[in-house]
Amino acid sequence: MKNYYQKEIETAPREKILEIQNEKLRKQIRHVYDNVKYYRDLMDQKGVKPDDIRTVDDIKFLPFLSKADLREAYPYGLLGTDLKNCVRIHSTSGTTGKRVVAFYTQHDIDIWEECCARAIVAAGGTDEDVCQVCYGYGLFTGGSGLHGGSHKVGCLTLPMSSGNTDRQIQFMMDLGSTIICCTPSYAAYIGETLAEMGYKPEDNKLKAGIFGAEPWTEEMRRSIEKSLGIKAYDIYGLTETSGPGVSFECEEQSGMHINEDHFYAEIIDPDTGEVLPEGSKGELVFTALDKEAFPLIRYRTRDICTLSRKECSCGRTHVKMSKPMGRSDDMMIIRGVNVFPSQIETVLLKEGYTPNYQIVVDRERNNDTFDVYVELNPDQFSDKVSDIQNRERTLESAMRTMLGIGPKMHLVAPKTITRSEGKAVRVIDKRKLHD
Amino acid sequence: MAITQLSVFLENSPGRLAEAVRIISDAEVNIRAMSLADTKDFGILRIIVSDADKAKSTLSANYIVMETRVIAVKMDDQAGALNNILQTLEKAQINVEYMYAFTGSESYSAYVVLRVDDLEHAEEVLAESGMPTLTDEKLKAIL
Repeated sequence: MKNYYQKEIETAPREKILEIQNEKLRKQIRHVYDNVKYYRDLMDQKGVKPDDIRTVDDIKFLPFLSKADLREAYPYGLLGTDLKNCVRIHSTSGTTGKRVVAFYTQHDIDIWEECCARAIVAAGGTDEDVCQVCYGYGLFTGGSGLHGGSHKVGCLTLPMSSGNTDRQIQFMMDLGSTIICCTPSYAAYIGETLAEMGYKPEDNKLKAGIFGAEPWTEEMRRSIEKSLGIKAYDIYGLTETSGPGVSFECEEQSGMHINEDHFYAEIIDPDTGEVLPEGSKGELVFTALDKEAFPLIRYRTRDICTLSRKECSCGRTHVKMSKPMGRSDDMMIIRGVNVFPSQIETVLLKEGYTPNYQIVVDRERNNDTFDVYVELNPDQFSDKVSDIQNRERTLESAMRTMLGIGPKMHLVAPKTITRSEGKAVRVIDKRKLHD
Repeated sequence: MAITQLSVFLENSPGRLAEAVRIISDAEVNIRAMSLADTKDFGILRIIVSDADKAKSTLSANYIVMETRVIAVKMDDQAGALNNILQTLEKAQINVEYMYAFTGSESYSAYVVLRVDDLEHAEEVLAESGMPTLTDEKLKAIL
């Protein structure tokens, strides 16, 4: 028994998907050229006309859009339709600069919610499920996206939003939530809190979790699955392309199927912009094939990953993207070495530590300092100073093996690292204050 | 044999030690002996208390706490007393991880607390040399 929300399109033969993409692309480029002056200017500068774009193979001739373009065109510069046709906006947190505001027509909302519904059904959701949505509601896309998807599937939807963990747990227990949607760090926190309250993983009715909006590792997945007694599914998206649901995991848990009837994906060399062959690691680029209000073409996500068309046992034919190694924004350059927080998380969880950690980078006398703080588990404690210091040395050497450079490790007391109810703050880079 | 020591993991930052001590005080538990090992980042508070179970359960809500079995030996208040104990342990090739001392309620008596790598063997050789180690019960009596 396979779970599909829209079986016909989700399992369509490759040629059929290509046919849909080509047709939507031609229409979309014409729509954008006619309605979005900002992008029309970029195309004109490159000497590309809508008629030059016949199939997805021609997409490589089109100009890219980047976060910088979004900032420059803020707020209405990339709007693809009259404001009177728009029914909603969402916005990014603006942590990396000016906020991005994305617009939606009712059609855009519908396809977005359908994508989320596909993700929920792939995680085993049906109209008999109780779906607890604890992504933030509001400007953030997480809450609205999964909320809409949950409605489409017919789940009983619990619009919890993020935070107020005691209440989350009370509703989860009293109403028997079977599916939970939130950031992976919040899921880990809920698991930890449940254990503290004396609940065992089998005491809740949850069967699946749909987690996204921040990078997380395979090790963190296993730890969440264990603490909540569920199967944990990854979901991917960004405000610029609509929100969560651009791609989602099936029961294989080996990459996320991109909803190719709505989004065309490319992997490019982030330095040259050249399109790379399937299987290469590079920057993920999306073209929205049928969004009306905010139709981004060749949008550079800054996420580094690979694409694979290998046949999937779930029967879906849509291309799979690997879990992004981390957004190029998350990448730190420490003493000249590229470091992703996800690599640090991998080492910590492998060595038996909690996913509660913080990375602090600073600069002292022109040298980068690199410190990682992680909470000690009670069963790792010893009354001997040397035992704890040995633990730190062991971690430092495991980090050096993984990263090429060794941070200074600090074991800290439980609950001293601030928990997040939304996106976790993993990195504090104080170097920026000095620049 | 041996006695119960509580070991508490503390962050090395202002107020952490005071807070732990306040929690023990609020539980109306008496601290009989203590030692604090510290590094730049963290400290380990080691305490011998009047009610280890009570102190442990109240501290556990906020701290990592573990029970450690340590040896406490009575020393005469005179030159060479500690030397006798350490010589005995050295002869038996027992390694001392750390130690600290406290005084009992009787006058002219002091006790040394030892964390050793082979607890049973240490108790054996000390008893053979006429230096019996305290038990939790005996400890209660002298406090």
